[in-house]
Formats: sequence, C-alpha cells, structure tokens
Amino acid sequence: MLEWISYHRADIAAVLILVLAAVFLWSVYYGMRTSRLRDKEQVFGDPERTSGGWYWAVCGLTTILLVWFYFSWGLARAYFPTAANELCQVAKVHEAMSPIVARLPIGSRYFKSTDLVVRNSEQLEVIEADLPEGVFTPAQTRDLRQIMVETRELIAVYSDPARVDGAVHRQLANIVGTLQDLTVRVQGGVDNLRPALRPSSAALAQTPWGVGDEEIPNLPMTARGVLFDAVAQDVAAVSEDFLTLRNMPPEAARLIAQIRGDIDRIKAEIEADTAASAEITEARGNYVKAVERIFRRLDDGTIFPANILNEVNEAVAVMLDEVARAKGSLRVVDALFMPGFGVVKTRTICIEQGSSRWLPKPTDVVAKLSLLANPNIEEGGGFKGTRLLWVKWLAIADVVGFFIPDGVVDVLPGGYGTHDASGGFVPTYKDRLLALAQGEVNLGHVPMLDGHIWDSLFRVLVALFFGVLLGVPLGIYMGVSRFFKSFFDPMIELYRPVPPLAWAPLILTIFGIQDDGKIFLLFMVAFAIMVISARTGASGTQISKIRASHSLGASNGQILRHVILPNALPEILTGVRIAIGVCWGTLVAAEMLAGTTGVGFIENVARTVSDYELIWVTILIMGLLGLLFDLFMRKLISILIPWRGKG
Amino acid sequence: MADLVCKNLSMTFTAPTDGAVVEALKDINFTLKKGELLSVLGPSGCGKTTLLNMIAGFLNPTAGDLTLGDHTIEGPGVERGMVFQQGALFEWLTVSKNVDFGLRMKSVPASERKKLVDKWLDIVGLAGFGDTPTYQLSGGMQQRVALARCLVNDPDVILMDEPLGALDALTREKMQSLILELWVETGKTIIIITHSVEEALLLGQRLFVMAPRPGRIHKEYKLKFASQGLKQSLRDIKQKAAFAKVREEILTMIWNMEEEIMGGA
Repeated sequence: MLEWISYHRADIAAVLILVLAAVFLWSVYYGMRTSRLRDKEQVFGDPERTSGGWYWAVCGLTTILLVWFYFSWGLARAYFPTAANELCQVAKVHEAMSPIVARLPIGSRYFKSTDLVVRNSEQLEVIEADLPEGVFTPAQTRDLRQIMVETRELIAVYSDPARVDGAVHRQLANIVGTLQDLTVRVQGGVDNLRPALRPSSAALAQTPWGVGDEEIPNLPMTARGVLFDAVAQDVAAVSEDFLTLRNMPPEAARLIAQIRGDIDRIKAEIEADTAASAEITEARGNYVKAVERIFRRLDDGTIFPANILNEVNEAVAVMLDEVARAKGSLRVVDALFMPGFGVVKTRTICIEQGSSRWLPKPTDVVAKLSLLANPNIEEGGGFKGTRLLWVKWLAIADVVGFFIPDGVVDVLPGGYGTHDASGGFVPTYKDRLLALAQGEVNLGHVPMLDGHIWDSLFRVLVALFFGVLLGVPLGIYMGVSRFFKSFFDPMIELYRPVPPLAWAPLILTIFGIQDDGKIFLLFMVAFAIMVISARTGASGTQISKIRASHSLGASNGQILRHVILPNALPEILTGVRIAIGVCWGTLVAAEMLAGTTGVGFIENVARTVSDYELIWVTILIMGLLGLLFDLFMRKLISILIPWRGKG
Repeated sequence: MADLVCKNLSMTFTAPTDGAVVEALKDINFTLKKGELLSVLGPSGCGKTTLLNMIAGFLNPTAGDLTLGDHTIEGPGVERGMVFQQGALFEWLTVSKNVDFGLRMKSVPASERKKLVDKWLDIVGLAGFGDTPTYQLSGGMQQRVALARCLVNDPDVILMDEPLGALDALTREKMQSLILELWVETGKTIIIITHSVEEALLLGQRLFVMAPRPGRIHKEYKLKFASQGLKQSLRDIKQKAAFAKVREEILTMIWNMEEEIMGGA
C-alpha cells in the first residue's frame, strides 16, 4: 500500500492539485458572495468586519498549498511527467554544443578570438610603456622591444585570413556540414521516422520522475528524447573536432619559435648575471615573466580570423534555433511550470534538487515527515536516535529527585549511616532521604511526552513558567511601587534590549549546552516580557477602581490580589502570548547553536547536509507549533478575560 | 453623633515642575449632621472633587481638621462609601461579586453575603442580575451596581462624585428618585457632587455653591425640594416657580464665576 502510494505520488499530487484548485475557486466565489451580503450591514473600519470569514482562511490555505506545489514543480511533475526527462535531453545538446558556443558570439558579444586579440594587444601596450629604465642592459632592452614587436606580428599573422591553412578551411567546412545535417535531423522531428525511435529498455526501466532519489531519470524515455540524446552525442563529437582545431600558419610557427628562443635567452642571461643586486634581478625576472605570460596566451593557435568562423557561427545559431523550436510545448512547460533556474542547474547533471528549485516537493516532505515521526528508532524512525514526538514512561522518582537538591538532605540534623562491625549497613532516615533526593527510589511511573518536539516544547514551557512566576509579581510591584519601579527598571531595561541570541554564547558557555542553559536563556526572554507587560497592566489600573476598593475596606494586599492583578490580566496574557513567540524563536536559534535534541537541532543538522526536505519539515513543524501556541492563547484569552475591550 | 465636621480645611497643591502653588481649597468650614443630604455645585476647578477626595481619605489636607463622629479622617475607610462617575466597577466580576466585594474583603460568611447582596440588588432594582457580567450592563444599571456595592458595606457617609454625569436624561431622573428613596430608607449622610444645577436642587437638602481661586464655599442654601421629591414627581417640582427662581439665581452665580475665570485668564 505504502509502496503503491510512494510510486504514484505524482498522480496523487495531480488529483490533490485539482481538489485544491476547486476548493480555492469555490472559496473565492463563496467569500465574495458573502462579502457582498455583509457589506450592506457594516461600514468600512468597523472591527466587526473582521469577524468570521473562515472561507477566506480556506482560500488562504489552498493558496499556500497551490503556491507550494507550483514552486516545488509539483504541477509540472503531476501533469507533464515526461517534460523533465525531455528537457534533460535538450540540455545534453546544449551541453555538447557549449565548447563551440564559447568561442562564438552566441550568448556573448564577441568571438573568443576577438577577445584574445584585443586583450593581449592592450596588455602589450601597457607592458611596453612599463619597461623600466636602468634595469636591463641596453642589449636586453632592445631584445625585449623586439619580442613585443614580434608578438604583435604573431597576432597579425593569426588574424590574416589569407594565411589560414587549407586543412583548417576543410575541417571547418566539415564541421559546418555536420551541424547542418544535424539541424535537418532535428527539424525532421520524430513523427515521420521509420523505424520509429524507441527508448531503450534500460531507459524505460528507470524510476519515474519524482519517485526515487535520482529525481529526474537521465536516459531518454520518449522518442523526442531519444532524438535529442542522439543529436547530443553527435554534437559532442563535432565539439571535440572543433576543439582540436588549430590556426598555425608556418609564419606563426616561425615567430613563436623565435620569441620563445629570445625569452629563454634573456632569462638565462638574467640568471647568469650574479653581479646584479637582488632587487635588479627580481625586477628583471618579474618583467620578463609578464612578457612571457602574454606570449603563452598566444602560442597555442586558438585565434582565428573572424570571417573564417562566420559560417560555423551561422550553422550553430541555426541549429540552436531549431532545437529551441523542436522543444515545442517543452518551452512552455519549462517557462511556466518550472519556476526557478530550470531543470539543468549545472549544465552537466540533470537535477531538480538544490537551488534550481525553490521549494521541496510536498510529497517528499510528507515522506520525510512520516519517516521522522516513526517512533521505531530501530527501523530508521526519529532523528539521530531521538523520536520526533512520542510517549515514554517517566519515573516519578526522577522528577522528585530533580526538585530536591541533595544539599537539603546534608543540612538536616543527624548523620548518614556507617557500616557496623559485622560488615552490615543499616540506613538512617538521612540515607533514605538522600536516595529520594537522588531519584533512587521506585515511586512508580507516569506517561510522559518524549522526543525532539517535546524537548523544544519542554524548554519553552519551563522557561515560560518561571518567567510568569517571577516576572508577573515583580512587574505588578513595579507598577505600584516607586522603589520597585526605580530599582529594577535600569536592570531590566539594560538586559532586555540585548537580542537573546547575543546572550546565547555567554549563557551556553556558563550553563553548558544541555537544557538548563537554554531554559535560562529563554527564562531571561520571558521574564523581561512578563515584567513589562505586568507592569503596564498594573500601572494602567484606573485610579477610581483603586479608590473604590480602598473605600470598600480592602487592604493593600487584597487590592493587589483582587483589583490590580485581574486588571492587569489582559496585558499579562498578551505578554504570555508574545513571550511564547519570542521564546520559540530564540529556542530554535539556541538549539542551532548547540545541543543534541530539539527541532532547531534537526534543522541545524539538515542545514549542514543540505537536506532540503528536512529543513522544510522543521520549518513546517515550527510554524505549526507556533500556530497551535497562538490559537491556544487566543482561546485562553477569550475564556479568561471576556471583558477585554468592554470595560 | 457621626456628624461630619470640617474645620478650617485647606488644601494647596505644589506643581512638582515649577513649584507653582495652587490653593485648591481654603478655610472650608461646615458641619454635616447625620442623615443630611448635601449637594455641592461649582464651576470646574473650584475644588469640589478635592473636597470629596479628602473626606473619602484619598488626600490629606494641608491644614485643618476633618472628623466623622469621634474619629479624625486619616485615609480611606469603610464608613465612608464612594460612588464614582463611571461606576469604577470591577469588570472581571459579576454583578453580585461586585456588590459583595467589600464583604468578601472582610471575610463575611458566604450565606450572609448572599442574603445582603440579594437584599441590596432588590432595593436598587437589579434583582435577578446577580450573575450577569458587569460589562453587559447599561450605564444606569452599572451605577445601580455601584450604589449597591457601596450600600452593602453599610457606611455612615456616602460620597458621590458626579454619579449620574454620564447618564441620559431619563435614566438620570430615575436614578435621582432612587437616590432620594435610598436616602430616606437608610438615613445615611450623603454628599453628592454634580455639575447639574437642577440635580443639585432636586437632591440637596443643603446645597453648597463653591467658588474657585481659592476654592471656597461661596453660598449655602437650605432647600425643601428633596423632601418634596419623595412625594411628588421630580418633573412637577422642576415646574415650580420657587425651583426656577433658585435655579436661575445659582446659574447666574456660576455663570459670573466662569466669566471671571475666563476674564482673569
């Protein structure tokens, strides 16, 4: 069953996309109809206009999913399953052609030969002007000038069409002829070929696009693909011929030999001149090297006269046009349904992973998520030996031991037991208490959540708990007491504006990379937010309410508890809501810095191995958990403070 | 017995920024006997609310004495109940929880609290609204809750700071009748501050017209309209020539004071 689903994931995606599109259209229709109805009731700006509207939420969600399918090429995969394979074959043609194209003004402005001529001539001028005075002997200076004159001559010889060897002309004509033949072949298409082109059995045996790890099968799986593949092989042969082609007239060979001889002679002279100072020798060496560098770029005969290459240029341009035309519908699929940088990322491998595609496939993400969510670690579930989210049996004694420090037992009266004369040991009450504090007693087990998600969640919740427990009272006192306000304000306002991540290295260094460091970091975040929100809430209490409660006989403590606290509750809960969000963000970043569990840890590992799907899965998990937090808080707020905004 | 005595009461405020001294009240003297209903009128800034806040104990006078019965007033206390312009209700509590707030603070047993709350809700006309959240009530009903919350504590003096200021005319008239009824039934001393001359005349057994700079009692009236209001409709009283005469007199008085302030400024 699972295998069937996995194999047909593209088809399933196709159906899903249709459903999503239908839901999208329906929600737009329904939403617009309802909006028209409600527009009659409410003026613009009335907050009531934001109530309800679940259909727009449906619309938004389907939009997100459709955009995801689109940018992950899910649409292309679902509806044009052979497109990527065919585009790969087209890419092979381009790839095979690329050495020729690199020398022609196709996709660039100049012939490679023109570039070489212009650049080297310019550099010759520069180096000629730079010839240093009083470094070389007069004879050497003369020789160097002579070398530069000869180098210019060499460029001129290369560029003269009259000097080009007959063999080169013949070879070029050959290449042009082959390219024209191939163009005709591409032009002919596949429909009228007898016998018809058939993909090889090896090609057909490939896993379809988007199922296996190979992603796009590389061997041609369609007739059109077979044609492009074959053409690509022929073009590769032509390319090889073209690359071996050299423009080396006898005059050029003579000049090259002469220049090389001169350079070698001057180098030998410099080496032999032991009387010269080290600086002079170095200056001479550098200059000669610069001259030689230019010469080296010219001695391989790769500069051709411009008009000699014109025919090749023409033939390649015509062929590429024909290839583009022969792509037919593939052009549309490529442009519209494969957003990003196209199927061929590196020009050598057909691949849709990496930056060529902006979002990983929804299907792969689901597959990755189900793999992660599998609680059976032996079967490869979980991540790095920890489950994603599951239940484990937690020893109550461990929890008790966590909350009772061992030191508490030490300070109790009495002593620990000692072994008696017969080698026996009778524990005293302190020994038993110590066992309790160290979690070494059996108090039974309770079910407890476990896994990466729970680890992250646990850190946030514990930090939030302490943040609220300590922050709210302090904030409220700061809202009602000049001492508390003025004494604590500078401390909190000094540490709060520092981004939590700036604290992270310090805190993690002090507390270590385990839970306590992260919890403390998050506690700092939550604490500051809770103090500020509780303080705002407390100081915002209407004076008449305070006075009324005084007149009703309430004591200061009662006013704090029964008037100021409930009055600050909306701000406090808003603070909790903000604190959850900020803690969550800080936590993930802290887990990415250090640690061995948690959602941020997963993403950090995924980042280092460039696991696209895994990164995306962790992003989704974080987003969903954040959403759940917020929905929970919203519900809590509406239950706890129904009077909000109505007082 | 439980008379409110105000002797040479003065209050000056010093602005913390420039040290400017404002004489909010100067040499206020009066004695309010138990069960009297005093209304206080005056242009804005004449120190009406300051006077009330001092009697409530929210402010300490700079000079002079305030005594209620045998006790000097030093801080707020349950024997002086307060009703504010905007209810100052605890919107997170239901009506009955608001009303029994004072009792809960004193740890009165639940059964007794319930009895008292039911009684007072019935008196102010809110029977059956005990479990309603206060934010769902109209302005008039909220003021009724505020009255009940104050009365359930059984204070000697009830201080009302423009209690009906935010209500519409009709509700206001009903509430005025309610205040008169409560006054007679409970025999409490009531001080009511108001902006409305009519209201001051209708409710006040005694009436202070206060003047600003420094805040002082400009003129005192002794009126019979309040006792009439118990037998007749308030609207009939307003029609009377005697009523109209005093009203015009006071209006002119306040008008002139306002003119003076504006001219002086």
